Amino acid sequence: MSEMRLIEAVRDGLREELAADGSVFLIGQDIAVNGGVFRVTEGLLEEFGPERIIDSPLAESGMVGVAVGAAMNGLRPVVEIQFADFIFPAFNQLVSEAARMYYRTNGEYSVPLVIRAPYGGGVRGGLYHSQSVEAYFAHVPGLKVVVPSSPYDAKGLLKAAIRDDNPVLFFEHKLAYNTVRGEVPQGDYTVPIGKAVVRREGQQLSLISYGLSVHHCLEAADTLSAEGIDCEVVDLRTVSPLDTATLLESVKKTGRACIVHEDNLTGGVGAEVAAIIAKDAFEFLDAPVQRVAAPDVPSFPYSPNLEDALLPGPPDIVRMARELSAY
Amino acid sequence: MPANDGIDVDDHLGESGLDGDNAQRIYRYMLLARAISEKSWLLTRQGRVLFSMPCDGQEAADVASAYALDTGKDFIVPYARSLGAMLVKGMTAQEVMLNMFGKAADPNSGGRQMPMHWGHKKLGIISMGSSVGTTIPRASGVALASKLKGQGAVTMVYFGEGSASEGDFHEGLAFAGVHRLPVVFFCNNNGWATSVPVSLQSAEPQVSRRAEGYGFPGLTVDGLDPLTVYQAVKTAVDRARSGDGPTLVEATTIRMMPHSSSDNHLRYRSQDELDAEKESDPLPRFQNLLVSAGLLDGESDQVLRDAVDQEVESAIEYADAAPPPDPETALTGVYAP
Ligand SMILES: Cc1ncc(C[n+]2csc(CCOP(=O)(O)OP(=O)(O)O)c2C)c(N)n1
Repeated sequence: MSEMRLIEAVRDGLREELAADGSVFLIGQDIAVNGGVFRVTEGLLEEFGPERIIDSPLAESGMVGVAVGAAMNGLRPVVEIQFADFIFPAFNQLVSEAARMYYRTNGEYSVPLVIRAPYGGGVRGGLYHSQSVEAYFAHVPGLKVVVPSSPYDAKGLLKAAIRDDNPVLFFEHKLAYNTVRGEVPQGDYTVPIGKAVVRREGQQLSLISYGLSVHHCLEAADTLSAEGIDCEVVDLRTVSPLDTATLLESVKKTGRACIVHEDNLTGGVGAEVAAIIAKDAFEFLDAPVQRVAAPDVPSFPYSPNLEDALLPGPPDIVRMARELSAY
Repeated sequence: MPANDGIDVDDHLGESGLDGDNAQRIYRYMLLARAISEKSWLLTRQGRVLFSMPCDGQEAADVASAYALDTGKDFIVPYARSLGAMLVKGMTAQEVMLNMFGKAADPNSGGRQMPMHWGHKKLGIISMGSSVGTTIPRASGVALASKLKGQGAVTMVYFGEGSASEGDFHEGLAFAGVHRLPVVFFCNNNGWATSVPVSLQSAEPQVSRRAEGYGFPGLTVDGLDPLTVYQAVKTAVDRARSGDGPTLVEATTIRMMPHSSSDNHLRYRSQDELDAEKESDPLPRFQNLLVSAGLLDGESDQVLRDAVDQEVESAIEYADAAPPPDPETALTGVYAP
C-alpha cells in the first residue's frame, strides 16, 4: 500500500495493464511526448514506446473509430479524450457502432475498448472544459459507464475496464486528480464493474452518488451528523449498469433517498436511480425521493461567480437532507 | 529600395495592392494584437486573468487576412488565436479585456465562455465554442445564407492545421465546393496542435493541397509577411464575392509562445528551436520593411508603440474595474423567448 493521488492511481493502472498485456495500447491527443494535458500518461511513452502510446491527430471520431477497429481485431485500446466535452465527435462511433457490435453480430464480435476522459467543473473552464457527459452514455445499452471516486477504485476499476470485453467509458473528475488521495495497493487487483459500495453507514437517509460528488456527500454527512441526521453514503462507482441491489438495500433501511450528481438534473443518472427506488422500494419510503444536481443550463459558465452559483456542493446536500429528514 | 531579404520593398508593396496608409494601419493592428497577447499572458501569470491563448507569431496572418475583408459587411468565424482578426473586424482593446476578465459587459459571451472564445453579433463575428473544427461547416452555412439572401457578403473561417484533422473540416469544405459558396477557409499552420507536430496530423503536411479534392483552389503563403497574406486573401475574397466559390488559404506561421497559459512548451520543444523561431518574428520583419519603404522611422515607431501600450493599459484598467456578471443571471437565457 502507498498513498497516492487519484491521477497516480490511474497512471499505475495503465502502466500495469500495458506491462501485463501486449494487446493493450493507448491513443489520444498530447498523450505521448507531453504525457497528456493533465499528465496522466506521463512516462508511459518512455516505458512502452511510440507504437503503444500513440499521439493521435486532432480527430475524436477518427481515434475512436480506429480503436473500435483495432478492438475488433484483437487489441485492447484505451483512448484518452482530452476533455469529456470533446467526446461528441466520437458519439456515432461509440453509440452506433461500439455499443451494438456484440448484439448485431449475434455475439461474433466484441469490442474490448476503454474510453477515458476527464470530466467535471470547478476549474474555470466553462462551457467546454467542465461538463459531465455520463448520462448520454448511460442511456445506451451495450456501453458500461464507470466514474470512480477514490484512487483505490480508479486503479482497480480501470484494470477491470481494460480486461472487460465490452466498451467501457471511464470518467475521471479533473478536480479529483490532485486533490483526492488514498491508499492504493502496489500490484494487481481489480474492482468489479457494476458494484456499488457503502462509504459511510447511516440509518436515516441515503445519499447516493458517484465520482467527486461522493466526497461532497461525505462532507455533508459529517455536518449533518452533528445535527443528529445520520446519513448513509452509497458510492455507485458504475453508473451503467447500476448496482440496484446495493442502493435498494440502503434505501429500504433508511426510508429516505437523495441522489447527488454534478451533471444537470433532467435525464441524469439520478432520474434512473429515482425510478428504480420508486418501483422497488416504494413501500419503504418515508419521504419523496430527491435529487441534488446542477441546474438545467448548458454546462457551467466561465466567470467564477457564475460557475459558483451553479456548482452543486455540500451546502446544497445539507439543505436537501434537512428538508427530507423534516418531511 | 531593397529590404534586408533582398526583395524590392516598393515592388512588394505595390504588388500587394496596399498603399502606405493601409500598410501602416496593418502594422498598428499587429502591434496592438501583440501588446494584448503579451499583457494577457502577464495577467495570467499574476493570477488576475485565468486563461489565455497567445497569438504571438500569428499577427501578420490574422491581421492582413481580415484586412482583405469588407469589415462592415463580411463575416468572420474565428478561433481562439484570431485576436488580430478580431481587432481588424472592430473589436476594441477594451472589449477584448472585458472578455479576458470575464466581465458582464464582455460582448463575446458576458463572461459565460473562457477568454478568447470570440463572438460579436454586431460586428459579424460568428460565435465559437471550444470544440475545434465545428466552426468550419458552420462557416459554409453562414456563406450559404449569404448566397441565398443575395447579401454579397464573404465569410472567412479561421482554424489551425490540427483542427483541420476533424471530420468537420472535410464536411464543411465539401459542401462549400459543391455549392460554390462565398467562403474563405483560412488555415493557420503553425506546425503544432498543442504538443502534436503537423507530421502526426497527416502524412501530407501541406494542408492547402486538400482543396483539390473538393474542387476549388488551395494555396500556401508565407504567413509571416502581411503583404503576401493580404494579396492572397484579397484574391480569394474577390473570387468568393464574384460567385466563383471558395478558396483554402494556408498561412505558415510560428507559435512563439506555449499553446496556452496551461501549457509548458518546453516539455516538447527545445529552447534552441524556440530561440531560432524568434528570429522570424513577423513584427520586426514588417517594421524593417516599413522603415525601408520610408513609411516608418524610429521616432514614429515609438510614438505608435506608446499609443498602443496606453490603449491596452487603459483597457485593462477599465475591464478590471468593470462589474462581474450577476450570479442570478447564470440561470437565465437558456432558451430564446
Ligand atoms: C474537439 C476538440 N478536441 C480537442 C480540443 C483540445 N484542443 C484545444 S486547441 C487544440 C490544438 C489545436 O491545434 P491547431 O488546430 O493546430 O491550432 P493552434 O492551437 O496550433 O493554433 C486542442 C487539441 C478541442 N478544443 N476541441
